[in-house]
Amino acid sequence: MTTKLDLDPTLVRRARALAARAGQPVVDLARSHTTAAVERAVLRLAGITGADPDGIPWVNRLVDAVAGDVGLGYGVALPVWHALAREGLETEKPVGGADVTLLAQKAAAGSIRFVLPTGRDATAATRAARRAVGAGIKQIDRRRTERERLVKRLGNPKQRPWIYLIVATGDIYEDIPQAQAAARAGADVIAVIRSTGQSLLDYVPEGATREGFAGTYATQENFRLMRAALDESSKELGRYVRLTNYASGLCMPEIATLAGLERLDMMLNDSMYGILFRDINPIRTFVDQRFSRQIHARAGIIINTGEDNYLTTADAVEAAHTVTVSQLLNEYFAHEAGLADWQLGIGHAFEINPDLPESFRLELAHALLARELFPDAPLKWMPPTKHMTGDVFRGNLLDGFFNLVGTMTGQGILLVGMMTEAVATPWLSDRDIALQNVRYVLNAAGGLHEDFVPAPGGFIQRRAHQVLDEAIDLLERIVDTEPDARRHAGGGMLEAIADGTFGIMKRPATGGKGLDGVARHEEGYCNPATEILESAT
Amino acid sequence: MTATEKKIVRPYGDMTSDGMVQVSFTLPVPCDKRSEGAAVQLATKMGIDPAMVVHAKQMGEGYTFFVVYGRVHHLVDMSQVVVAERDFPLLGAKEINTAIKQRLRRKLTVVGACIGTDAHTVGIDAILNVKGIAGEKGLEYYREFRVVNLGAQVSVPDLVERARTERADAVLVSQVVTQRDAHLHNTKEMSAAFREAFPAERRPLLVVGGPRFDELATGELGVDRIFGRGTTPRDVASYLVHSLISAKQLPSTHLPSKRHGAAA
Repeated sequence: MTTKLDLDPTLVRRARALAARAGQPVVDLARSHTTAAVERAVLRLAGITGADPDGIPWVNRLVDAVAGDVGLGYGVALPVWHALAREGLETEKPVGGADVTLLAQKAAAGSIRFVLPTGRDATAATRAARRAVGAGIKQIDRRRTERERLVKRLGNPKQRPWIYLIVATGDIYEDIPQAQAAARAGADVIAVIRSTGQSLLDYVPEGATREGFAGTYATQENFRLMRAALDESSKELGRYVRLTNYASGLCMPEIATLAGLERLDMMLNDSMYGILFRDINPIRTFVDQRFSRQIHARAGIIINTGEDNYLTTADAVEAAHTVTVSQLLNEYFAHEAGLADWQLGIGHAFEINPDLPESFRLELAHALLARELFPDAPLKWMPPTKHMTGDVFRGNLLDGFFNLVGTMTGQGILLVGMMTEAVATPWLSDRDIALQNVRYVLNAAGGLHEDFVPAPGGFIQRRAHQVLDEAIDLLERIVDTEPDARRHAGGGMLEAIADGTFGIMKRPATGGKGLDGVARHEEGYCNPATEILESAT
Repeated sequence: MTATEKKIVRPYGDMTSDGMVQVSFTLPVPCDKRSEGAAVQLATKMGIDPAMVVHAKQMGEGYTFFVVYGRVHHLVDMSQVVVAERDFPLLGAKEINTAIKQRLRRKLTVVGACIGTDAHTVGIDAILNVKGIAGEKGLEYYREFRVVNLGAQVSVPDLVERARTERADAVLVSQVVTQRDAHLHNTKEMSAAFREAFPAERRPLLVVGGPRFDELATGELGVDRIFGRGTTPRDVASYLVHSLISAKQLPSTHLPSKRHGAAA
């Protein structure tokens, strides 16, 4: 392909190779550990739903009971399906949901003791677990086929970038009409922001929810309701309207699974966000993330990575190279988990201080660098937030420039910026004005990326080269960081995270939330979901 | 300007005291002649007279967005302006870090927790996590704060113990659940335990927060400060700097700082 930045292909290859070297020990770690959330996701694939009278899901009850009796390190599949056989709860039903749920209820009441089966019992349990979990994965496959059929019939958005808009009232029944109105007004992708703090809940709430803090809880029922509403809108509008949620936090693998089962189309799924911004244990995050990405790969879901977040804490010019490093790592982890390039909504953002001279040219350089490093990924382009103030007029201008960079550099997914970003959750009129802004820019300059070629050796090219060089330097430092083998096996990468290399947060591998739900695989660990997902590739 | 100096002002468009203002709003009606009349009526009731609808645009099915220009006749008496003052100055992130660095000369340690059976970490996380709230980063983001977030369902003895081992300058407790006044009982139990465990001059600053607290009940609950709904991390950080550093270093520093002997 022709490159506008004249990047040295040897350097680009070197950057990728370094990212792979930095990421490899982390992948090894993820392959040799499991977590409570991964095991719960396996049970969800087998069809367990519902919660006890206190609202604690049966999958949590069951995983806790198994962990208490035999530990997490063998996986829950063998002990659970062995107990099912022993208790005579196995049936020929393709989805074993009802019976496994009954087992969970018994386990919660303390009337079941789990053991690790051996010999023929183990073989039988493995086969039964694989059948039950396989039914869930088949369901995900069916939902993917369904999406492909709908996209074929109704069509994709006519323009690139796709227009991505956020809805967040806290009440799913308020979200639905707002999302439908947004779709009518031109949104191609609707994201339902989650309630503040959901990422730190160690369970997924159940049912339709009507109150949240600055967002709406991610639940299977909320997913289903919103997808059904947007299917209606898609038919009405003659284009497939996509739905986005967040696979992050302590329940990342379960939420990824629910998204696959309910045909969500995009999921926020960053490799380090939970570690840096939510103080979730690094090992927990990487294990959960690998499983989540395997599910996303299978479900045909586009992931969105969260590099924009670094720029809300660090300076967007000084820290530009950390965005590139994170993008390369996200790409490596994503490919390793089976995601294809078209599924990588790699993130970046328009966050340079607008008072800085040449800030727009710098933004162009950074955005174009991401475009050229990941030519086949859709790229998720995030609007200004950090430098938005109560001056809504200036904010609208800034959003216009953001939209212009988006179209000039061929971004795939454009999150619509709100001029009232710093003031309030968007009003109806704010959204309308913001969409008008996007439409004007795309209509006036939609093809500008064809003409826009930075001058050879000019400011934009030089800046892009500098950021790539700094990214390579940082990757070299990560690879060369001496890992402390006594504490973890994640190599220099975990050491770098512990040292505060990304953002300013120091996150040691032995700290953070959710560490007690991490277990090293024991000999004979069995996870039918991973086996099925990995055998497909 | 002193408060007693009487001064009358009016909005300024392009001439002194022309009273011109510009407003925008949405009415839940389709865009037509009638809706423009409705917009004029609203603007007139708001005191804008004459009111000119300069822009009307329908949004979706049954909503119209209006921009209205016009003249108001209200007078503003600057001497009658009353502003609610907080009793500590609100500082920016840079000022907060600088104050700690230059005057405390070490990191300021904050231990945070939800105590009792309360599992709602929304409040404490909004204040402490980098993620923060309402576009403001949490205390973790401040370079000069050392934050130990113990999370949910921490027992009071554990909290006291951690505060001691971490040499906490301040303890932040968040309480959301208010059934049977649990938030008040928990807070009193917590403050009593700290008073028992620490000599007065070495006790960490006790701060509680939650949507249902009365911000004036500090004496009754035995804490140094209560923060209610809408508190941001910067409010808390500014308060901590004010009471642990600024207020401490006023002339009354005849007491050598006993805070962990860091008075060097």
